Amino acid sequence: MTRTLVNVPKTARRGDVVEIRAMIAHPMETGYRNGPDGAAIPRRIIHRFTCTYGGEEVFAADFHPAVGANPYVAFSTVAIESSTLTFTWIEDGGAVHAATAEIAVD
Amino acid sequence: MRPRPRLRWTEVVRARAVVLALALAAPAAAEPVPITPAERRSGITFAGPQTQGLQADDTANPGMLFVLDGAQLWQAPAGSAQRACADCHGAAEHSMRGVAARYPAFDAASGAALDLSGRINACRTRHQDAPQLASEEPGLLALAAFVGFQSRGLPLAPPQDPPMAAVRKEGRRLYETRMGQLRLSCAECHDALWANRLGSSPITQGQAGAYPIYRLEWQGLGSLQRRMRACMSGVRAEPFAPGAPEFIALEAYLAERGAGLPVETPGVRP
Repeated sequence: MTRTLVNVPKTARRGDVVEIRAMIAHPMETGYRNGPDGAAIPRRIIHRFTCTYGGEEVFAADFHPAVGANPYVAFSTVAIESSTLTFTWIEDGGAVHAATAEIAVD
Repeated sequence: MRPRPRLRWTEVVRARAVVLALALAAPAAAEPVPITPAERRSGITFAGPQTQGLQADDTANPGMLFVLDGAQLWQAPAGSAQRACADCHGAAEHSMRGVAARYPAFDAASGAALDLSGRINACRTRHQDAPQLASEEPGLLALAAFVGFQSRGLPLAPPQDPPMAAVRKEGRRLYETRMGQLRLSCAECHDALWANRLGSSPITQGQAGAYPIYRLEWQGLGSLQRRMRACMSGVRAEPFAPGAPEFIALEAYLAERGAGLPVETPGVRP
């Protein structure tokens, strides 16, 4: 089970710039390390992060092996309507982790 | 005149090594004196503003991921007794408030001192019929972080009962014992040289109120014992085994010499 931590203001006024933070517990194994037996540890990183707001993509990032464990992203968007923000982290091999948060806009 | 025999380079190296060893083994000009209560400073005050910001903000502190894991483990039935921590202790917000600030503490049943992780494992074997969790295992770190988090902001208040006084005394002896090939004691750096630097890194007071900590170098959460093992290999000493009585004694002394500093769990360090 993967643990995520997202922080979105519960309420905002229409037109406000709101700060959004998202963090996921993930080892971000680079693929450049060897295990105790000398064998290469296969790469396993989150390579894509997206955030949609009301179904529309407002932020996306590609991650590479130099990104440390438990990646943390902070970005901003403009509050336009009460809706759901969906956060998606895509891992090597295709596994998808998701989290959602609600924002109320008046 | 007879030419002077040239020294082979190996002999030169050996001679220099002896000089270096003598310099390191020479007694310090003044014996380190313990830090006075007024001078006590948490390790976070030695960190840069970015690291301080990371620890202060619960939505950015990566240690919070483990606290959340611990909250879930607290509710999860474990072992053949299928009993969760919460079944006996109830809501941790109340029952565990202030507990971490009092550890290590004396455990009458085993007749020995236990640190918080040791107490969690003792609970597992005695009440949950569950196997002990190994040191640094994610589940144990998460539970220790969750329980520690309930005491955040409270001052470290080590118990004053007589058996713990003996453990602390042993801890202080170990703390002041020179060890390893570098012949350094904890006190040589953390009592006598704090506020100086080792290379580019600040030498802190070695205060222990923030554990388990998320160390950026580790890219994960780690226990106080892991930190002490890192220091011991740093002075080329063979670290004590995980959970060894020596470590518990050192933890007990560290709690005493940091008494009054706030619990910061989960701390963030560089």
